Amino acid sequence: MNPVPSDCKYAKSHEWIRVSGGTATVGITDHAQHELTDIVFVELPAVGRQLKAGEAGAVVESVKTASDIYAPASGEVVEVNPAVVENPALVNTEPHAGGWLFKLKLAQPAELDTLLSPDDYARQIAG
Amino acid sequence: MGLTPSPVHANLFRNMLKRTALFAAHQQLGGKLVEFGGWEMPVQYTSISDEHHAVRTAAGIFDISHMGEVTVAGAQAEAFLNATLTNDVRKLAPGDGQYTLMCNERGGVIDDLYAYRLAPEVFLLIINASRIEADVAWLQARAAAFGGDLQLTDASHHYAAIAIQGPAVKDFITQVISSAATSVRAANSVTDLKKNQIAGFPFESHSVLVGRTGYTGEDGFEIVGSDESILHLWNRLLTAGRPFGLKPAGLGARDTLRTEACYPLYGHELDENTTPIEAGVGFFVALDKGEFTGRSVLAEQKAGGVQKKLVAFKMTDRSAPPRPHYPLWMNGAPVGQISSGTQSPTLNAGIGLGYVPAALAKTGSPIEVEIRGKRYAAVTVPKPFYKRTAA
Repeated sequence: MNPVPSDCKYAKSHEWIRVSGGTATVGITDHAQHELTDIVFVELPAVGRQLKAGEAGAVVESVKTASDIYAPASGEVVEVNPAVVENPALVNTEPHAGGWLFKLKLAQPAELDTLLSPDDYARQIAG
Repeated sequence: MGLTPSPVHANLFRNMLKRTALFAAHQQLGGKLVEFGGWEMPVQYTSISDEHHAVRTAAGIFDISHMGEVTVAGAQAEAFLNATLTNDVRKLAPGDGQYTLMCNERGGVIDDLYAYRLAPEVFLLIINASRIEADVAWLQARAAAFGGDLQLTDASHHYAAIAIQGPAVKDFITQVISSAATSVRAANSVTDLKKNQIAGFPFESHSVLVGRTGYTGEDGFEIVGSDESILHLWNRLLTAGRPFGLKPAGLGARDTLRTEACYPLYGHELDENTTPIEAGVGFFVALDKGEFTGRSVLAEQKAGGVQKKLVAFKMTDRSAPPRPHYPLWMNGAPVGQISSGTQSPTLNAGIGLGYVPAALAKTGSPIEVEIRGKRYAAVTVPKPFYKRTAA
């Protein structure tokens, strides 16, 4: 698996966002799951909640620590992933696919331009 | 998301952190290094769960060089330690060790430690890294007041140490430490040592002290020696143990393992305002041995009971892992907070320890854990969460 898929934009705080039509899917990066390891619990936002860019929307917990997951862009939560609640390890095994966390109906799609490109994010985690 | 614990390369103060003789070895093994009690230590190499399971089912090796070593020698050493520590060192023949505590006048715990008798008038104390300064200051002040033939030496800087733990350790350790003991006590082999026994064994051109003890709830050994011998020992044990499933294990697994075994950790279950009786380690307080610091308070608590008591609990609701400082609720009211809590890799459930009013500390009681403003159901259970089945 490509650890930094090219069809996503990235937040410095290690979330990815993938836009398809009017909605955007959010998850944590392969790098982030690798740093966390052992993900044992995921708490997701309520559907219908309005998140601002940079606002904590979910919590991912490893054995060692709890980490807030920030919305990379503003929008309304339109769907959450029940599979990661049932099986939190999916975030470790498929961070960019089956381990997605929530979907947003973007309020200001222009915010995406402020996020990192795959190349920029790859440089960030290499540095 | 915030990636914590922060890798040490992000720590502005990294130059002030102490490094053990195994620092380069941890880096080579891909260890994730974090600050711990002023030291730069590996929290994990692969994953906490992975390393935890290795220790429970095969073997794990830990760097514990950050721990402190103090020697107490002289004709007065035994009497001094018996006046200063809670357990009875007179029970120790040379080559024996015991878990013990050091209390202040109020019975509060200054540190919990292991005391070994290395010779009739020589003792070795293994103390917590975070308490070296406090312990040494306390011991020195007491020793000065005690007087007589008594030499106290903080040897913490002279020694490195490792713990090697797990059911498979006895099957390969003699490949590396293969000779009979040459000091402290007679033993044909390290595997002849019984629990809490210690002896000096030749290793390469040096000698290392090997004690059969640990902090994981498994069979195993803790080994103290010079930086050079411990580095060589670490590498040779890793090579010998790999075919048996041995993995390097970090402080993260050390914490989940000791929490399952309900071993207290200083700063979590123990502090200067908490007594051994409250912490549930009264077994290591020998009231019958005569006067020692803290005795009157501990005797009163043993006879008359305590206000607060450490309980173990297991989550019954599905919840995030319980963690230190989360509030505990009973009967709809806040009653205390978590001292240690984690997702138990062995039980695959949230587990924790915390202090509650003694009247509520019955096992089988419903208790709630407040996590991010919401309360989740748990139940108090007998300690420990995990006990190994006799081999």
